[in-house]
Amino acid sequence: MQLTVWTYEGPPHVGAMRVATGMRDLHYVLHAPQGDTYADLLFTMIERRDHRPPVTYTTFQARDLGKDTAELFKTAARDAYDRFQPQAMIVGSSCTAELIQDDPHGLSLTMGLPCPVIPLELPSYSRKENWGASETFYQIVRTLADKERKPLPAVGENGPRRPRANLLGPTALGFRHRDDVAEITRLLGDLGIDVNLVAPMGSSPADIAGIGEADFNICLYPEIAAQACSWLERTYRQKTVKTVPIGLLATREFVSEVCAVAGLPVPTDLDQGRMGWWSRSIDSTYLTGKRVFIFGDGTHAVAAARVASEELGFKVVGLGCYNREFAREVRAAAEKYGVEPLISDDYLAVEEAIEAAAPELVLGTQMERHIAKRLRLPCAVISAPVHVQDFPARHSPQMGFEGANVLFDTWVHPLVMGLEEHLLTMFREDFEFSDAAGPSHLGHASAPAAHPAPAAEQAEGEVATITAPAPAPAEEGGWTPEALAELGKIPFFVRGKARRNTERYAAEHGVTTITRDTLYEAKSHYAR
Amino acid sequence: MSSASPASGCDAPPVGVDGILRERGQREVFCGLTGIIWLHRKIQDAFFLVVGSRTCAHLLQSAAGVMVFAEPRFGTAIIEEKDLAGLADANEELDRVVNRLLARRPDIKLLFLVGSCPSEVIKLDLSRAAQRLNGRFSPNVRVLNYSGSGIETTFTQGEDACLSALVPDLAFSDEKQLMIVGSLPDIVEDQLTRLLGDLGISKVVSLPARKAGQMPGVGPNTKYLLAQPFLAETGTALDKRGAEHLPALFPFGAEGTTAWLHAAAQAFGVPEARFEQVIAGPRERARKGLALYREKLAGKRIFFMPDSQLEVPLARFLAGELGMELVEVGTPYLHKGHLIDELAALPPGTMISEGQDVDKQLDRVRAARPDLTVCGLGLANPLEKEGLSTKWAIELVFSPIHGYEQAGDLAELFSRPLHRRDLLRV
Repeated sequence: MQLTVWTYEGPPHVGAMRVATGMRDLHYVLHAPQGDTYADLLFTMIERRDHRPPVTYTTFQARDLGKDTAELFKTAARDAYDRFQPQAMIVGSSCTAELIQDDPHGLSLTMGLPCPVIPLELPSYSRKENWGASETFYQIVRTLADKERKPLPAVGENGPRRPRANLLGPTALGFRHRDDVAEITRLLGDLGIDVNLVAPMGSSPADIAGIGEADFNICLYPEIAAQACSWLERTYRQKTVKTVPIGLLATREFVSEVCAVAGLPVPTDLDQGRMGWWSRSIDSTYLTGKRVFIFGDGTHAVAAARVASEELGFKVVGLGCYNREFAREVRAAAEKYGVEPLISDDYLAVEEAIEAAAPELVLGTQMERHIAKRLRLPCAVISAPVHVQDFPARHSPQMGFEGANVLFDTWVHPLVMGLEEHLLTMFREDFEFSDAAGPSHLGHASAPAAHPAPAAEQAEGEVATITAPAPAPAEEGGWTPEALAELGKIPFFVRGKARRNTERYAAEHGVTTITRDTLYEAKSHYAR
Repeated sequence: MSSASPASGCDAPPVGVDGILRERGQREVFCGLTGIIWLHRKIQDAFFLVVGSRTCAHLLQSAAGVMVFAEPRFGTAIIEEKDLAGLADANEELDRVVNRLLARRPDIKLLFLVGSCPSEVIKLDLSRAAQRLNGRFSPNVRVLNYSGSGIETTFTQGEDACLSALVPDLAFSDEKQLMIVGSLPDIVEDQLTRLLGDLGISKVVSLPARKAGQMPGVGPNTKYLLAQPFLAETGTALDKRGAEHLPALFPFGAEGTTAWLHAAAQAFGVPEARFEQVIAGPRERARKGLALYREKLAGKRIFFMPDSQLEVPLARFLAGELGMELVEVGTPYLHKGHLIDELAALPPGTMISEGQDVDKQLDRVRAARPDLTVCGLGLANPLEKEGLSTKWAIELVFSPIHGYEQAGDLAELFSRPLHRRDLLRV
């Protein structure tokens, strides 16, 4: 047993959901107990998806266990087919259903469903989300790819055709996958290459059948697509472009690799964005040697370390990943930067390592964002697990030349800028500029994500930093101790408003002593 | 604004002889583990250790929405392959995890071992584990257990299971007292306790208390008011200890709160004049607060998807005090005993459904096109995309909504989506 507080990855069936939800006309029938439907909200809330994930859960309960959960699965699968009419279905078990061993695969075979059914074996007690996504995509490709469909001849009736590539790996709930795909598609277009298929995101089972018609594959997210790419390489002799184009240098290398595989000359006039000049400009001098701690999935962490070190002139003081499957790559990179690699999915261990490394900037996941907030360190997010903030309304890729621009902005803005550093020293005694207040551009600590639980106890950490700068001021404004105590019980994020309203109400109504009742009179007066 | 067409569904679903539609099918609800999110805030020195899978940990993290706590007072002992294969004795592993946890958190006085779907299916006996651990950690830490598994419990039933695990552990008390049962935000609990005190009820206690060492006693002179409608097992456990249930409406809105307080006033022999005198002020404030929203909400048609079991009392409040029309009131379970007054106070002919087949229920939502649908987070955005306004059900569980002072806030929660819809031009 492993004691876990926060987790970087969900169970493997959530990885399968990310694949299914990214695709079209595919349906996932998941044998799972009541409650596992919580996973829907990851997609509808974090990613703001406007459709339910294409998942039917059997939601069995204790009373079903004594009877026939297998029958329940069959009913759910049949109803799901009738209602959604998918081109293909994937079937599998979540952790609990794995234990009752109903064999969704065998059951679905006996049902004669009129579409391909792809069984998933996702061991919940030893594997995690990325592995589940990778395995699911691999099984889908293996089952649905039509081996008869090959690339068209390089030279057709109308002369030579443009090379075609598959973009593989993007899923639902991926970190900036939406924007990376748009960016890389555009870049390939500039190089004279067409995209045959983007998968899993945006593709249907029918589209997957034509995966063999591309000349080569681009493995955008190795965590999800490496296994499928290697199978395609063996089966179709499609080459795989393995450079992940995160950062200016990696994007240049990506262009070279793509052109080599596609048999095209490397263009000399590509617009490479502003990142290089922005970094060389003397305004960026203050970035030199900034200590940065990097943690994320293996691919994003390794890419970030290179950008930090070679493109921004930071000093990498920590590097790690939470997915063991990519430990080798991370170890190799860590050796290059002379740091101890941290391969762990224990959030507390990561926090300890960050504290020990004393960085000036943290590049991490949403977990590290919280750690950094507590340690009052600037932070930028570079990797899943994702948060609603990782789905910005604007185009904000990580990959390609525009992605490099985005990296520059999002990593540099949280830092205390050159001039501001001087000002901070100059105004050290001013309350807004004091060390305790922290840099203003980090956002006032007053914008914490809404804390949903009853304010029975103040949240450790964050809240303390918010309440600390607001001690009872000298002018008590006629508050009785009991009214003040009552005010103190109001959740911190509305307390200031409650106080202002009550005092305004008291002033307007000629109330000189603010009692608990005044507080509530004002509350009802201003309600709305 | 509200559509004139009646709420007759597509193909008429089967309705039982009592007029209640009971459905089986996919249930789009949380499991009982979710209650840990608010319970661990309420009992300030308790730790909730889920014995479960990565899914359980992921659920808690996702339901909590944000990770505001450095080290929250809940965690998951994730069962791994070797625990299943028998290579490691699951009990030994559990002891190891608990040892490590308690060594790290000496502030913990009450430890709940919380069962999950996988721990139930592999029949890991957590009550025996709790006994064993009590032997080791008593008297510094009390170890209790309950099940929050999805196969046993739906959402708020997790709190019911937790509180009913506390009841046998309560000390015996002969004292005449009133017990408020159900976890409320502290500020609300204080308001209600103060009002009951003002009525002249000398001893008012709460279950759960805010600290493990301050849990109330119970006995034949305890009368209890349920603050939440989902506490079936807890009620039964208290009855077994000799306590007496005071049936009442639940304290939502001006009238619900009055009825709830009145039940206590009558049981404790408070004179009517005194009762009127104490509640007149706050009741008036509540009515004033509600009046602000009546115009927005009256005549609007609302559909409740099953979620927290709060649906029936809230529907009663919205229909009775704000003039909303009830299209369908879905609830995961209907405890007819505890809801007897609530059901009687609903408009005659209200369509009530128990259980769920989510796809069929969504068909009914689409056919009826209500002005507001109260539903879970997995359904809200998809319905909004179809042009249907929604209210997140989970907010009703996380927000202070009970009592007079919150009556206006409760109405506001329902009016906000409609207000926003009127406001936006995008």
